[in-house]
Amino acid sequence: MAIKTYEKPTIIKVESSHSKAGVPMPKQKIRKKIGGVAIDEMVERFGSPLFIFDEKAIREKYRSAYEAFSSRYPNVQFGWSYKTNYLKAVCAVFHQEGAIAEVVSEFEYEKARELGIEGKDIIYNGPYKPYDSLVTAAKEGAKIHIDTFDEINDLEKVADELGSEIPVAIRLNMDTGIYPQWSRFGFNIESGQAMDAVKRIKAGGKLRLTGLHAHIGTFMLDANAYKVETTKMVRLMNEVEEKVGFTIEYIDVGGGFASKNHLRGIYQPPEVVVPTIDDYAEAITSALYENIRGNSYPKLYLETGRHLIDEAGYLVTSVVASKTLPDSRRSYIVDAGVNLLYTYFWYKFNIELTREISGISEPAMINGPLCMNIDVIDESILLPRLRRGDKLVISPVGAYNITQWMQFIRYRPRVLMVTEDGNVELIREREELSDIENREILPEKLKLK
Amino acid sequence: MRIENLAVNKNGFAFDPTSGETFTLNETAKEIIEDLARGVEEKEIAKKLSEEYDVTQEEALNDVLDFKEKLKLYGLLP
Repeated sequence: MAIKTYEKPTIIKVESSHSKAGVPMPKQKIRKKIGGVAIDEMVERFGSPLFIFDEKAIREKYRSAYEAFSSRYPNVQFGWSYKTNYLKAVCAVFHQEGAIAEVVSEFEYEKARELGIEGKDIIYNGPYKPYDSLVTAAKEGAKIHIDTFDEINDLEKVADELGSEIPVAIRLNMDTGIYPQWSRFGFNIESGQAMDAVKRIKAGGKLRLTGLHAHIGTFMLDANAYKVETTKMVRLMNEVEEKVGFTIEYIDVGGGFASKNHLRGIYQPPEVVVPTIDDYAEAITSALYENIRGNSYPKLYLETGRHLIDEAGYLVTSVVASKTLPDSRRSYIVDAGVNLLYTYFWYKFNIELTREISGISEPAMINGPLCMNIDVIDESILLPRLRRGDKLVISPVGAYNITQWMQFIRYRPRVLMVTEDGNVELIREREELSDIENREILPEKLKLK
Repeated sequence: MRIENLAVNKNGFAFDPTSGETFTLNETAKEIIEDLARGVEEKEIAKKLSEEYDVTQEEALNDVLDFKEKLKLYGLLP
């Protein structure tokens, strides 16, 4: 007798609340390859779980974003937002494409320098910049964006120390019509605080204001907020140039463009609610043209992070066990947990299989391997019955997860990049005990015999 | 055992005349229900499945136990 293909036993009670359960899944979401390379082969070779980045997808996304802006406003420069993903290989792809670095700490600054980025090609943002890092950044000609009056004092001290004037930008916050308004970074425009900061810088005589910067929010679903932002920034630029006499060389509108990820609590799919890069570009560049008064057109800087990298990143995880829960749902335990998926807290991910699986669908939840009740990757998903070793491909996960992941309970896994020519490169090795313990010190008297 | 009374048609549609509830199930589930209703031991069911399908006896036994749990939750087994 020929051996038949096994389908795990499945029974589903017909209930109106699960109207789609209990029938063969009309369309299974399948992803067999990333960047042209079979996912199963990569797992075979490098183990599971795995983060996988698609180099071609990163470059294509960057080029289309650059094109959207440069075709409308030629004087444009992207700065790669390190905090979104500071894996060396990922940063290097963006730098090869022409992006400079945008960093928000001395650590990120050092990372960019170590990668070979010159100080002049680094935008230094953030609410806290240690004094020594300001000295280094000023010496190396970085674009320092001032966040507070205290930082003005620090930089004036640095200028004295170096015996030279330091070119700087100030960070701004404002009402762009969105909620919540981001007001904790920089100086407020509407209250006059921003103009006070400009005058304070002028009065000090040690710093020269050359740029204006703002970052109005994250995952912005309203492109018009950028039109409001840019309008307010250009009007402030006009006022600064006329009344205070500084020449503003650049306007940095920050980041916050959304990716095609599914925000929790939003019913419509990202294809419907997320503006296109052309929508954002049109909003920003039209505001520049409508409000610039003089003949000089400042350079436009962008610090787009999530939009450029989110969709190029995948997490492949394998089913290690399954069980029936007391509410009759199936729980799959997979080998990657929410410690690797920081963005789980606001995204409902796209979850795909790497093979078609026959059988009727069943309501399931996907749990990670952490011994913590919160380790839930998807609370409610219809899946055919999966077997041990079946793989799930979770996306988009390219933004923020690699930087905000936690070493918690388990080692963090390998990260791969599928290159443009279809090669598979290991870009971060999996952790081992020494990675975690080499910063710990056990006092002599506590050493166990 | 209510599974003895379960009316299962060839398309995997099942009706429980005791409660009026309906279920859908696949071929493997149907076979296990028939065996359980006839009083076949779990291990024996797993052995049969492993002979008929591309599944090990160990995996099949886990599935039978898990499936029984589901039947209990649906009130089809005591």
